[in-house]
Amino acid sequence: MDFGDTEQEAQFRSDAHAWLEANAPSAGELDGLDEIAASKLWQKRKYDAGWACIRWPKEFGGRDASAIDQVIWNQEEAKFDAPGGVFMIGQGMAAPTMMTWAAEEHKARYLPKLASGEEIWCQLFSEPAGGSDLAALRTKAEKDGDDWVINGQKIWTSGAHYSDYGILVVRTDPNVPKHKGLSYFFLDMKSPGVEIKPIKQISGGANFNEVYFTDVRIPDSQRLGAVGQGWQVAITTLMNERASIGGGGGGVNVDLAYRIANKVNIDGKPATEDSAVRAKLANWYVQEAGLRFTGYRSMTALSRGEIPGPENSIGKLVGAPKSQAMASFCMDLLEMTGAIWDPELSEEAGLLQASYMAAPGGRIAGGTDEIMANIIAERVLGLPQDVRVDKGIPFSEVPTGSS
Amino acid sequence: MNFEFSQEQELLREQARGFLGDNCPARVVRAVLEGDSQQSVELWGKIAEMGWTAAVIPEEFGGLELSYLELCVIAEELGRAVAPVAFSSSVYLATEAILAAGNQEQKEHWLPKLATGEAVGTFAFSETHGRPTAASLTTVASGGKVNGTKLPVADGIVADFAVVVAGSSQGDGASLYLVELDQAGVSREVVRTLDFSREHAKIDFNEADAQLLGGDGSGWDATQQLLNRAAVLYAWEQVGGADAALEQAKEYAMGRYAFGRPIASYQAIKHKLAHMYVKNTLARSNCYYGAWALNSNSGELALAAATSRVAATQAFVNAAQENVQTHGGMGFTWEFDCQFYYRRAKLLSVNIGSEAHWQDRLITAYEQTNAA
Repeated sequence: MDFGDTEQEAQFRSDAHAWLEANAPSAGELDGLDEIAASKLWQKRKYDAGWACIRWPKEFGGRDASAIDQVIWNQEEAKFDAPGGVFMIGQGMAAPTMMTWAAEEHKARYLPKLASGEEIWCQLFSEPAGGSDLAALRTKAEKDGDDWVINGQKIWTSGAHYSDYGILVVRTDPNVPKHKGLSYFFLDMKSPGVEIKPIKQISGGANFNEVYFTDVRIPDSQRLGAVGQGWQVAITTLMNERASIGGGGGGVNVDLAYRIANKVNIDGKPATEDSAVRAKLANWYVQEAGLRFTGYRSMTALSRGEIPGPENSIGKLVGAPKSQAMASFCMDLLEMTGAIWDPELSEEAGLLQASYMAAPGGRIAGGTDEIMANIIAERVLGLPQDVRVDKGIPFSEVPTGSS
Repeated sequence: MNFEFSQEQELLREQARGFLGDNCPARVVRAVLEGDSQQSVELWGKIAEMGWTAAVIPEEFGGLELSYLELCVIAEELGRAVAPVAFSSSVYLATEAILAAGNQEQKEHWLPKLATGEAVGTFAFSETHGRPTAASLTTVASGGKVNGTKLPVADGIVADFAVVVAGSSQGDGASLYLVELDQAGVSREVVRTLDFSREHAKIDFNEADAQLLGGDGSGWDATQQLLNRAAVLYAWEQVGGADAALEQAKEYAMGRYAFGRPIASYQAIKHKLAHMYVKNTLARSNCYYGAWALNSNSGELALAAATSRVAATQAFVNAAQENVQTHGGMGFTWEFDCQFYYRRAKLLSVNIGSEAHWQDRLITAYEQTNAA
């Protein structure tokens, strides 16, 4: 039992690091570029050198690398403050779905441009009436000649406003049980009838959009899977949500909380000497370390050519509430100044307050805490599903609320 | 990256689980809990025959000289089985104390007997309520005689000798002594604890013959090192128990019907079990860190031990409590086995220092790591 790389892994790590060292964009290079332009610059450079989407087949712009190489690459790239978040959905979710379900000419047309960063994709799944219960979505598609005509509304679409393409799940038959009436498409986001409206969040930012479809036409050739097979295709997408191996860091962590506790006093002594403060810090340390070492165990499985166990699914369920609790606690440590978000006046330039205001999103996006607990209960522990009153009845007869 | 047990160690686990399934099923735990201590004696003999008590003892003293990773595997399986034996006292504490501080003669005298299981050792530290310090120790030794009272001493009735922590005017304020318990200067009585499948004792030392173990005045530091090492092994026992409690809760929830469906299909139960799983998984991963640090004599041992221990204590106590809760009224009956985990989880959680104590040690180790 050790933390070291195998010889082969060490070689790969050193090659990757050397290339990054020589090629990662400098601050000066990125100066004046917005996030998208900066991300595209970096992605193209990686693509040209064969370091983009390294697990993909070479024919689609990848490197045919192993899963463990991907983890090592991620770790090494994270050491350089390189941009790239805008490609996550396209490369991480849309691309694997295309690889499994798309026609060969579509793979050849779209995958290399996903890898090179030339084209950005978004994911059009959630709806006002279909969140945790995704299959309850209502956006409908009706066949008209060789096209499908889409009407309805999607929500929580990250990056819709700068995306070139989107993956879309719609209802093609409301008269069968809900999972059976869905179909899956990809579409050009510049299609006529697509309207994008940003959603302002409680944090003040606007990372998500509402996307409205009014008589949007999609060629039938852009359907992935059979008509009515959309749920099965969507599962491919959802299973490919990036495994955040070896993640952590960023935002409020134990190191930051300790530093703040050491700066402020309780009864004239540093808060780090207070036993209640120490107990809380210890609990969070245990959680952070537990997630880190769980990541190492997953890496070991990958390193041995095995598929990591489901233990990796706990990351978000532990990490998101922890971020919220830690931001809240650090603000408490500051006592009355804890409310100040003004970067000039607040401790850590407003990071705690920003983290606190962003935290609810972390507990909801990509599966709420409650859904994550259900996933662990059902897929890891094998507990039965809850009774579903919509099971086996046509979607059009499923009871709905007022909104 | 190789953050897993080896194939050989996994084989050992399989063998250990099979052995304990045959020789330490719930009815044996129950028999001991209900007063049939002969069953505990017989189980101890079989465990010793398996060589587990000899695991990390060097070959020159009759041991198997396996690594600590093997001992972690054994600890986890003993924890799963809630084994009613003095393994933790004798192996994680007494044997470790002699390995760390014993002179050649002491090692030659005790280690072969500990290896065969013929001798059972224990660790006599606690005296009264609250967290002990070197200054709070009232047990003292001079001229090869020890005086004072230790309460409670885990497995203090079956033990042949104890490693006694006594106050000292030298060095760090404490010294360790080897004291044989079957002698005129020692009187023991059974102390009822919440887990009487492991008999505890109150031990009075009255001019008892004692042999210094390690240097006079270095016993407090030795105790802290010993506790760090033992904490990793305790944590593995706790993780084993936590997983067994989760499995029991799950099995019951799948088979128990209410309002026409298994209670395992209700989110109130599913989420409870999912959160048990999360705590257990974090604890297990932290225990890998502890196992690595223990086995490699890492400078991070203090931090790794406290991290393992806090996580495992929280996981086992939570799993044991929620297992009873999942069983409803039946979990509260003597007849059901939920009590085994409920008792053992709390016993282990205070036995080498409470959760709060180890949280404090964790942050102290964190501070020292960052200062270094």
